[in-house]
Amino acid sequence: MKIQVCFFSVVRDIVGTDARQLSLPDGSTAAVVLETLGADHPRLLEWKHSIRFAVNQTYAPAETVLNEGDEVALIPPTSGG
Amino acid sequence: MVELVRTEIDILSAVSKVGDPSAGAIDVFIGTTRNTHKGRGVELLEYESYESMALKVMEKIVDEARRTWNLKGVAVVHRLGKVRVGEASVVIAVSAMHRAEAFEGCRFLIDQLKKEVPIWKKEYFTDGHVEWSGSDVAIG
Repeated sequence: MKIQVCFFSVVRDIVGTDARQLSLPDGSTAAVVLETLGADHPRLLEWKHSIRFAVNQTYAPAETVLNEGDEVALIPPTSGG
Repeated sequence: MVELVRTEIDILSAVSKVGDPSAGAIDVFIGTTRNTHKGRGVELLEYESYESMALKVMEKIVDEARRTWNLKGVAVVHRLGKVRVGEASVVIAVSAMHRAEAFEGCRFLIDQLKKEVPIWKKEYFTDGHVEWSGSDVAIG
């Protein structure tokens, strides 16, 4: 299945782009997105414990199973206000 | 009302939107950009957001605040892009029947906004460094 991944802030600087399409096996979870990208961008894994996932613009646990066409975002610690 | 804006926040307009005949109090929080961070001089801040999600999360925390403190009107406006020191980066205005609910609801909204809303701040230091707030990663 194909999903769209969006990057922001420090995560975008590490990955070097603001969005990317990924092809993953059916049944993959949000955690797999981070593992897959971490293989290409090892510095991402330093953020593993502080990154939250959003699936279709809603926070979702790492074990959330993804579907074709989902928009996944890796959300580093926020700093608005 | 929740908004993300790229120009100076119109504070009075936000306040005027929450007025309600049944309200006895309006509380306003204005977050301003500060010229220091952990003792280092800051020249400029730049905010970015995952806008479609940020608006959804803002609506969600506004709904929760409305229900919990029986707020009559709520306005949350956050600035994006470059913001000079001393300017407002966020304005929250709430109205309620009594001041206790207004204060508490407003406090909840700014605390939740900082924790939950996908907005990030980049700090341009006077020494020339540029860093995402809360990260140790220098990017320029």
